[in-house]
Amino acid sequence: MPNPLNPRSKKDRIDALAASAGDPATTGSSGGGTVGGTTAVATIDDAGHVEETAGVSLFASAWSRLRRNPVFLIGLGITGAFVLLAIFAPWIAPHDPAARLLLDEIRPQSNPIPAAREGFPLGADNIGRDIFSRLIVGSRQTLLVGVMATFFGLVGGLTLGTIAGAFGGWVDSVVMRVVDVMLSIPSLLLAFSIAAIAARPSQWTVIIAIAVVQVPIFARLLRGSMLAQRASDHVLAARALGVKESAIVFRHMLPNSLGPVIVQSTLVVATSIIDAAALSFLGLGNPDDRKPEWGQMLGASQQFIYDHPALAVWPALCIIVVALGFTLMGESLREALDPKSRR
Amino acid sequence: MLRFIIRRLIQMVGVVIVLSALVFAWLKVLPGGTVGALLGERATPERRAAMEKALGLDQPIYVQYWEFVKRAVRGEFGASTSVQPGTDAMDVFLTRFPATIELAVCALVIAVLLGVPLGYLAARRRASWFDNVSIVSSLVGIAVPVFFLAFMLQYVFAVKLHWLPVSGRQDPDVNGTRVTGFFILDGLLTREFDASWNAIKHLILPSIALATIPFAVVFRITRASVLEVLDEDYVRTAESKGLTNRVIRGRHVLRNALLPVVTTIGLQTGGLLVGAVLTERVFSWGGLGDALALAFTRRDYAVLQVCILMATVTFVVVNLLVDIAYAVIDPRVRTR
Repeated sequence: MPNPLNPRSKKDRIDALAASAGDPATTGSSGGGTVGGTTAVATIDDAGHVEETAGVSLFASAWSRLRRNPVFLIGLGITGAFVLLAIFAPWIAPHDPAARLLLDEIRPQSNPIPAAREGFPLGADNIGRDIFSRLIVGSRQTLLVGVMATFFGLVGGLTLGTIAGAFGGWVDSVVMRVVDVMLSIPSLLLAFSIAAIAARPSQWTVIIAIAVVQVPIFARLLRGSMLAQRASDHVLAARALGVKESAIVFRHMLPNSLGPVIVQSTLVVATSIIDAAALSFLGLGNPDDRKPEWGQMLGASQQFIYDHPALAVWPALCIIVVALGFTLMGESLREALDPKSRR
Repeated sequence: MLRFIIRRLIQMVGVVIVLSALVFAWLKVLPGGTVGALLGERATPERRAAMEKALGLDQPIYVQYWEFVKRAVRGEFGASTSVQPGTDAMDVFLTRFPATIELAVCALVIAVLLGVPLGYLAARRRASWFDNVSIVSSLVGIAVPVFFLAFMLQYVFAVKLHWLPVSGRQDPDVNGTRVTGFFILDGLLTREFDASWNAIKHLILPSIALATIPFAVVFRITRASVLEVLDEDYVRTAESKGLTNRVIRGRHVLRNALLPVVTTIGLQTGGLLVGAVLTERVFSWGGLGDALALAFTRRDYAVLQVCILMATVTFVVVNLLVDIAYAVIDPRVRTR
C-alpha cells in the first residue's frame, strides 16, 4: 500500500509522465524496442533511497515489469507461436488444405463426415478435406483478417482522432458527433450491415466490415489522450518556444498519445478474429473456402453441429486460444503502461 | 438537472437524425438498390420501372429522404419478404420485441448479480488465487465466440443430457394464455404457473450464453473500479476515523465504485442486442435477434430497416436514461 507520508508514489507518477513526455522517440516505438539496461528499476524498496533512474521511459519501465509477468509471457508465447505457425503453415501442413482427399468415403446419408484415421488425425470435412491441414493453413488467413481489420480500423481512427484532437474547437465537435453516431450503433450490428452491402462477399469485405466498427473506438481513444496532451506542460513549452503547430501535433502530441492505442489494437486483433466468425455464422462471411480461415470453418460447421460437434470444436478452440493470447498480452500491456500501477 | 436532461435530449435527436440518414444511405447502396432488395429474384426491367415509380425513386434524392423519414415516423417500412413473408415489418418487430427483452433482461440480471460481487471480492483479495482465476476466466469468456458457446451449451445440456429444452421459448403443448408477450409474466398473471416454469426452463441456456460477455465486462469494471476507490484518500480518512468496516465498504467503497458500473451496464445493452442476434439464432428463440439473423442471411430489407433503426434508437434511449440516472447518483456529472 502507498504510504501518504512518503512522497515517492506521487513522484513516480509524475516521473512516468515526464519521462514519457521527454522522449517521444522511445514512446513511439513498441514496448519490445526498448530492451536493455533497465533491469530492476521499479523494485527498489528502500524507503529512504532517492531514485536515480528518473529518466527511464514509461515503455522501458513497463517492459522491465512485463518480462516477469507470467500472464504477459503466456500471451506473448501464444501470439508468437500463432504468428510462426501462420508464416510456416504451408510447409507444416501434411496435406493440401483444398484437396478433397477423402471425397470417395462420403455418403451423404450414412457418413457425411469422414472419421479420423492414420494421416488424418482430426478426420475430414463434408467434402473430404483434411481438417488438421486446414486448421494449420487457416492460421494464415485468420492472422490476415485479424491484423488487417485492426490496421484499417487503426488508420481510420488515427486520422479522425488526430484531426479532432489536433484542431479542437468546432472540427472536434463535428468529428466527434459523427463518431458518436457510429458508436451508437451496436458494434457487430454495424459490421453485419456493412458486410450486407457487399454484392460479392470476400475476405476483404469481411475485413472492411470489421475495421469500420473499430474506427470510432480508436478515434475516441486517441482524441481523448490528444486533448490531455494539448493541455500538458510540454506542449505549452513547445508552443512557447515557437514550434510549428504541425510539429507540435506530430512530434509532441501524437507519439505521446499512442500508448492506449497500441494496447487497444492488441485487443482488437482478438475481437476481429471472433467477429469474423460471427459474420461467417450469419452467412455474411467469405464464401470462397479454398483458403481456409478458422471463423469460416466454424461458421460452416453449424449444419453438422449436432451429429459432428468436433467439426466446430477444433476451429473454435483455435480461435479461443489465439484470441486469449492477444487479450492476455493486451491486458497486461495496459496494466504495465498505466502510470498508476508503476510502484 | 433539467438543463442537463434537455441538453442530452437535443443531442439524442441529433444522433437519431444522422442515424436515419445513414440507414437511408445504406438502403441506397445495398446490392441491387432498394428495388432489387424488395423484388429480389422477381425483378424484371418492367417491374423495376413500375416499382421505382410507385416508390418515388424517380424523384430527387432529398425528396426521397423526406419520404423515407415520413414513412419511418409513421412506422411504415413495408412487408417482410422472407422472415415472416407478407407480415408488416413493424408488426414483426413489435410481436418479437418482448421475447428479446425477456432474454436480454434475464442475461443482464445474471451478469450483474454475478459480476458485481465477484468483482468486489476479486478487488479486495487482489493478486490472490481467487483474483487470478476469476480474471483469467473472464478473459476466456470474452475469447469464446458467443454462438459457439450457445451451441455447446445446447449440445451438452439439451441434446445429450436432456436436462433442459433444446430450443424455443415454451413447449408447443403448453399453450399458455398471451397477455403481455413476456411468457414468464403471462404465466404469473394468468396463474398458469406451469407455463411460467416451462418458459423459465427454456430461458436458462440462452440467457447463460448471452450473459457471458456482459458478465466478464461488469466483473472487470467492478474490480478495477473498487481497486481505484480503495486507494482513494477518503477511504483512508474513513479508516483513520475508525469507522467500521461495514460502513466503509458499503458507503465509501461500493457506492463510489458502482458509478462506472452503471455506465457499463448501459453500454452493454448494445452488446446484448448483438449477442441476441447470435444466441437467438442458435436457440430459435423467435425474438428480434432471431429476426435480424434471418433477415441478414435471407436479405429481408424491410425487417432489417425496422430492426436496425429501432435497435439503435433503443440503445440511444437506454444510454440517455443511464446518463440521467448517473447524474442523479453523482451530482458532479451535471456540471460537465
